[in-house]
Amino acid sequence: MARYKPPVQSKFSQIIDVIVLLVLAIGSLYVPLFLKLAGRTVASVPQDAPTWESLGQNPVMVEKWLQLGFPDPASASDLITARFDYSFSWSSLVVMVVVIVGYFAMMIRLSETEYREVIAEKFGQADGRL
Amino acid sequence: MANISTSAPEKVGLLRVLGPAHVWALGVGIVLVGEYMGWNFAVGKGGAYAALIACWFAGLLYTCVAMIDSEVTSTVAAAGGQYTQAKHIVGPLMAFNVGLYLVFAYTMLEAANAITIGFLMDAVATMTGHEGLDQRPFIVLAIMFLAWLNYRGVLATLTFSLVITAFAFSAVIVLFLATAVLTGDSPLRHADLMTDLPYGWVGVLAAMHFGLWYYLGIEGTTQAAEEVRSPARSLPFGTLAGIMTLLIAATLTWYVSAGLMPWEYLGQAGVPLFDAARLSGSTLLMVLLGIGTLFATLASANGCINDASRAWFAMGRDHYLPSWFGAVHPTYRTPFRAIVFLVPIALIFALGAPLDQVITFSILSGLLEYTFMPINMIMFRRKWPLDSIKRGYVHPFHPIPALVLLTLCGTTYFAVFLGYGTQLVAMVAFYIVVSLWFHFWRYRFVNRGAQFTMPWPRPKGY
Repeated sequence: MARYKPPVQSKFSQIIDVIVLLVLAIGSLYVPLFLKLAGRTVASVPQDAPTWESLGQNPVMVEKWLQLGFPDPASASDLITARFDYSFSWSSLVVMVVVIVGYFAMMIRLSETEYREVIAEKFGQADGRL
Repeated sequence: MANISTSAPEKVGLLRVLGPAHVWALGVGIVLVGEYMGWNFAVGKGGAYAALIACWFAGLLYTCVAMIDSEVTSTVAAAGGQYTQAKHIVGPLMAFNVGLYLVFAYTMLEAANAITIGFLMDAVATMTGHEGLDQRPFIVLAIMFLAWLNYRGVLATLTFSLVITAFAFSAVIVLFLATAVLTGDSPLRHADLMTDLPYGWVGVLAAMHFGLWYYLGIEGTTQAAEEVRSPARSLPFGTLAGIMTLLIAATLTWYVSAGLMPWEYLGQAGVPLFDAARLSGSTLLMVLLGIGTLFATLASANGCINDASRAWFAMGRDHYLPSWFGAVHPTYRTPFRAIVFLVPIALIFALGAPLDQVITFSILSGLLEYTFMPINMIMFRRKWPLDSIKRGYVHPFHPIPALVLLTLCGTTYFAVFLGYGTQLVAMVAFYIVVSLWFHFWRYRFVNRGAQFTMPWPRPKGY
């Protein structure tokens, strides 16, 4: 197998490569934040004039809330009533599974192609040719 | 136009100066901060009992990670850790992705540490009557100081980590002993503070998401492979000792915190161990855990800079990234360009994103990396059976750890999906796009055979 000779990359092209990678990375992580698509699906259930009892807190819990700097039930109400929403659609779960499995399948397949080239150049062809 | 990209980087190697204690410090140092903050979001996702179950299942996941990593790393002793493993065992595209997992997992963890330092400073300022402290200077200062330390040399950096990690670990032990063992009237009130599972068993599954935070980063021990004096002995020893240390620390942390705070507060606290010390009623413990939190975050950020820069450096050295990044400092023998380049990325996220989001980004990159590990292990044993190459350590019961790890990763994807599904899809979409970019564009600049540097025989089946 003929040894592969990579082309020389210009300095400008190298800079573009780094910029592309950074834009993709920072963009993909920040875009969901900017679009408010990311984040915990948490909601608090506000109560009118909450009491420690109505918030389900026993005397020891109340003592701890006071020590933590929450002087009355109203100040702790949002924290105590906050709950995640774990409802989901099966279709979105299927999409997630397909995306993850498809990603790994694609990567292993493309890696295998590249890997065979590496092994062939490093060790020669399996039939003994170099 | 000047063409400089493929000129060889400076022929200066990394220094082999580290021992097993440094490997332990690197692994535990990165992770121990997970006991000081972040793990408690698992309480928020499923309640206190769910967080304990998640702690142990995540412990099982990381025990599999440590076993697998120890075998492969004791054989592939080169900078880049799992990246270098993937390059030799699975293929270049997988290696490129693994390199990015490492960089983003550690850089996001570094950003989370810096956010916590700012939060701690604010909490201390508020307690001393100075409300409204601007946290940003502390965040910037922490990242810049640690980057400078890393720039100046690995031995000083990891010796610094060793000392402050030992202190932070001791502080957790002292808090446990002082609240649960040595006091006649213990302040722990588990019977009154523990509740049923607020979300039922689905909450237990969901808690696995942040359950990873108890241990995330222990696999970073492999990044020091090229700087360890005896990698075949030190890396397995340091990694396995590290996971045992963390299993103990994680369980003690849960026990003390769940016995001192209502779960609704604990599940959203910024610095839960510091809060636990405050609630113990002892000023001495409060000061100790305040310093412990600071040290744990510094040690973690320090290790993260070390590991992320090694992975970036290794990719530059192989031309997966511009080879300019593959340079070693002629005097300090560190990957200085990679260290400096990653500083602004950490700052962007530390100054601009919420803590739980940054943690989730880090966990997701880690989770993708753990999914790669069982694939890597199975391929490693198939391509080079046990009698074909010498291994420093052989993990028992193969392929059970690999299959358990794969199953737990699948469970954790579902856990992340419950509440943070958008980030999960966004991040995988990013990796798909960059994979295509690498395969169809960037890979043309990479030498083919030169990527394989291990003195191994031809892999079986090729």
